[in-house]
Amino acid sequence: MIPQEFEYTVPATLQEALTLVADGERKILAGGMSLIPLMKLRLAAPSEVVDIARVPGLGGIEESGGVVRIGATTTHHAVESSPIILAKCPLLAECASHIGDIQVRNVGTMGGSAAHADPAADYPAALLALDAKFRLVSATSDRVVEAADFFVDAFTTALEPGELIVEIQVPVEEASEGPRYEKVAHPASGFAVIGVAARIKKSGDRITMARIGVTGMGPRAFRAREAERLLESGSDVAAAIATVGNGEEVNSDLYAAGDYRRHLARVYAGRAVTTALSRAS
Amino acid sequence: MATTITKTETLVGKRIRRREDPRLITGTACYLDDIKIPGMHHACIVRSTHAAAKIKGISSQAASELPGVVAIFTGADIAKLGAVPCAASLPGLRVPHHHLLAQDRVYFVGHPIAVVVATDRYIARDAADLVEVDYDVLPAVADPEKAIAAGAPPVHPEWPDNVAFTFHQEGGDTEQAFRDAEIVVKQRITSQRLIPTAMETRGVVAEWRPGDKAMTLWSSTQIPHLMRTMVAGILGMNENLLRVITPEVGGGFGSKLNVYAEEALMGFVAMKIGKPVKWVESRRENFTCTIHGRGHVDYFELAAKRDGTMLGLKLKLIQDLGAYHQLLTPAIPTLSVLMMPGLYRFKNISAEIVGAFTNCVPTDAYRGAGRPEATHGIERMVDILAAELKMDPAEIRLKNFVGNDEFPFPTATGLMYDSGNYAAPLHQALETVSYESLRKEQTAARAAGKLMGIGMSTYGEICAMGPSQALPAGGWESATVKVEPTGKVTVLTGCSPHGQGEETTFAQVAADELGCDIDDVMVIHGDTAIVQYGIGTFGSRGTAVGGAALFYALQDLKAKMKKFGAMLLESENVVFGGGACVDEATGKSVSFAEMATAAYHAKKLPPNTEPGLVATHFWEPPNFTFPFGAHIVVTEVDRETGAIDIKRYVAVDDCGKILNPLIVDGQVHGGVAQGLGQALWEEAVYDENGQLVSGELTDYAIPRAPYMPWIESSHTTTPSPVNPLGVKGVGEAGTIGCSPAVVNSVVDALSPLGVRHIDMPLTPQKIWNLIQQGGRA
Repeated sequence: MIPQEFEYTVPATLQEALTLVADGERKILAGGMSLIPLMKLRLAAPSEVVDIARVPGLGGIEESGGVVRIGATTTHHAVESSPIILAKCPLLAECASHIGDIQVRNVGTMGGSAAHADPAADYPAALLALDAKFRLVSATSDRVVEAADFFVDAFTTALEPGELIVEIQVPVEEASEGPRYEKVAHPASGFAVIGVAARIKKSGDRITMARIGVTGMGPRAFRAREAERLLESGSDVAAAIATVGNGEEVNSDLYAAGDYRRHLARVYAGRAVTTALSRAS
Repeated sequence: MATTITKTETLVGKRIRRREDPRLITGTACYLDDIKIPGMHHACIVRSTHAAAKIKGISSQAASELPGVVAIFTGADIAKLGAVPCAASLPGLRVPHHHLLAQDRVYFVGHPIAVVVATDRYIARDAADLVEVDYDVLPAVADPEKAIAAGAPPVHPEWPDNVAFTFHQEGGDTEQAFRDAEIVVKQRITSQRLIPTAMETRGVVAEWRPGDKAMTLWSSTQIPHLMRTMVAGILGMNENLLRVITPEVGGGFGSKLNVYAEEALMGFVAMKIGKPVKWVESRRENFTCTIHGRGHVDYFELAAKRDGTMLGLKLKLIQDLGAYHQLLTPAIPTLSVLMMPGLYRFKNISAEIVGAFTNCVPTDAYRGAGRPEATHGIERMVDILAAELKMDPAEIRLKNFVGNDEFPFPTATGLMYDSGNYAAPLHQALETVSYESLRKEQTAARAAGKLMGIGMSTYGEICAMGPSQALPAGGWESATVKVEPTGKVTVLTGCSPHGQGEETTFAQVAADELGCDIDDVMVIHGDTAIVQYGIGTFGSRGTAVGGAALFYALQDLKAKMKKFGAMLLESENVVFGGGACVDEATGKSVSFAEMATAAYHAKKLPPNTEPGLVATHFWEPPNFTFPFGAHIVVTEVDRETGAIDIKRYVAVDDCGKILNPLIVDGQVHGGVAQGLGQALWEEAVYDENGQLVSGELTDYAIPRAPYMPWIESSHTTTPSPVNPLGVKGVGEAGTIGCSPAVVNSVVDALSPLGVRHIDMPLTPQKIWNLIQQGGRA
């Protein structure tokens, strides 16, 4: 549990941080809940680490124009307890409350988790269901990427060398919609064996919008678009969720084999949708 | 002579808060890694990455050139030192020579190959990565049944069948019992390998003082004195020149009831470099190199009459030993055989153990050590029999229990159960859950499509280890009580408590016997230079053996103090008690402190009495103790996911007299947690190449606080006649009672699907698979 020697730098400004990471050689530390264990196990051995967790201006939560902007270094605990997020993006707050344990949520950051892109992380399910966007900035560029394009594969994102996530932009949920995050936590790691984030809008008994984000099942989180379409076109929940995971790659490990994982994704999608529906007004 | 207030309140039996806890929970306790000695160096061990391989060569040039590296030792350097000891002996036991470092071959992943010593632990760790080992990789075998099958790769080439020993035990006439049987049920039952996972990993600090030719060794261990004797033997030094100190120990559970290579290895390193050296185990090393527990494949056959009367039990037990014998490795399955009759009256047993070498880390004692496996087996078999006979599982147990008038009860395995009232905890547990209405609730739940289960276990265990005849290096325990000149009391116990709370319970006993204030009692343990020789803490023996030794030492001391009291009061008719000596005729008294001062100032001495107030007692127990109890677990299985929800957990334990209910509660809770760990989550998984797949805490699921059900704990009290305190031991009870109750409950829940047995751990995946297959395992 002893990492290799490394240089550790704490930049004072975002500009300095961007300069430091510009050549893509330095590893970015933003909480360290994944990176530090990997380094201690010597599965990662970066020679230089840039700690952006305390860079001014990278944290904070604000809402304007129907979008909640969450600074990349905002901790999971801040996300789950922020009055703005609880009021405007309750699905995200609920999702954040399932991450790890209280110690992890107090130190780990939203940007750090997203950039790591662990296939069993909780956030991607909610961020996909919320149509969130990532603002990525480098010394020479500033762009916005849809969550669906951001999560590319296991531990792989759309981040280019030299880029930092500076904020996550989450459209405000409508007050009438029903949110729900349902999760099977791995009993050892706490990561999602399956995590399903659902948003439902309804008009009378008719579902007018369904968003289902699934994490943990495969190498990357995905939207269950067929199930969403079926729900929006009047199918019952059972028929809709039976399509969840169709055509998606599925992971298999000691705790849950592929067929069981896909089954869990459907069961938990059903539970998430049902609760979301009951919460919608 | 002052008027003395005598103390009337007694402490034994009260919920006294643990005196150990303030330092533990405020971070002011000293654990091994807190020890810092000027000039201390750090060691890191290079370990095998293969389960079986020949070592063709070791290149340590690059490592030795790293600034700060002071020495690198390999197998050749320690070849002439003694071996890692196995204290257990069985007829025909094959004992591989267990060098401190691998010689020309490695036998499991994690096998130590070289030790790198540097000025700081970071350099040591970096240098270890630079040591290159050239392997000729060989086929490995990690499964005990595969290991003893024809054609398996030999773990030790000299014993190609991989059989370390076979052990046979017969009691009564089992063949006749099976001929008389009207029904025989058979089941293969596994008790999977578990990783003990003490919160604090192991660690050693060794300091060699060349001028004195003496060494101090700090080790996170349960057995400081035995370690002193054995490490001195390995290093070839006089044991009285070796001092072993046990700092605070952050959990042992049997995994620190051992002498590992690293203790002697650090002693060797300290001698060689002439500097103190520290080694602290990483969690990965803890998982791959510290002993594992369990590792059974058991084939049971139970013979019975159709009225449920059990007649006889056969067991073929295949024990996964791993690649070597650690201190007690081959002895652990023999404890399973001893306890296989459980609490039942039948007198016919037949058991065969096959000890299988595998290319895995050795198994050894882990909380319960052989008894959880036995209890799991017999309690599952009783349920399987009850299901076949369509009998209620409580009824069949009550029918077969040893009766209250049959104690002391000789078992078919040669034990003598000390005392018992086996029906009492079961009745109490059944009443607690309102058993009859609970069964009705279950019927209704099933009708509604729910998978609700009610399971029970009635366990017995063998504790207070133990009579010296039964233990390789003695089974007695020692205590010294000193009343200091100011009347303060110092207790030195040969036990080495590490979470069991004896700093509190022993102080309660001493304060009651002497009539002094508990705050005046200091309990010292775990330093071989201060404490008289002792055996240690394991096998639920601390209070039942060490406490008894303390009790007798206290009687000797009281007798001596009373002599001083009589002398000071100038009376023959004095009574010692309540912290004073009182002349019954005159009512005059002398205080505890006055007697203490008189004994040390020695201006005048009672006839034939030496100055000073010190008494030591080495107590040899005449028998084991046999605690028992009943656990009932109510579960509901999620038909969609296979997830298990524990609705109720009722534990009724009879551990004899209870000295401190708070501490007993803690032991039951912790024990149940570890039992749940085995039942539901934990499994050390090796792949076919002998790689530990569940090698980190991110893969290996130990019980966490939020996973725990509410434990409804209560007791019945049947004092043990074996020791003067009437105590039986409770450290392992929760673990032993738990796993069969949980599995019986889940099997009961799934019984409508035709399920009759499930091996642990009961992961949701496994349960879901069964449900998918309609119960066909």
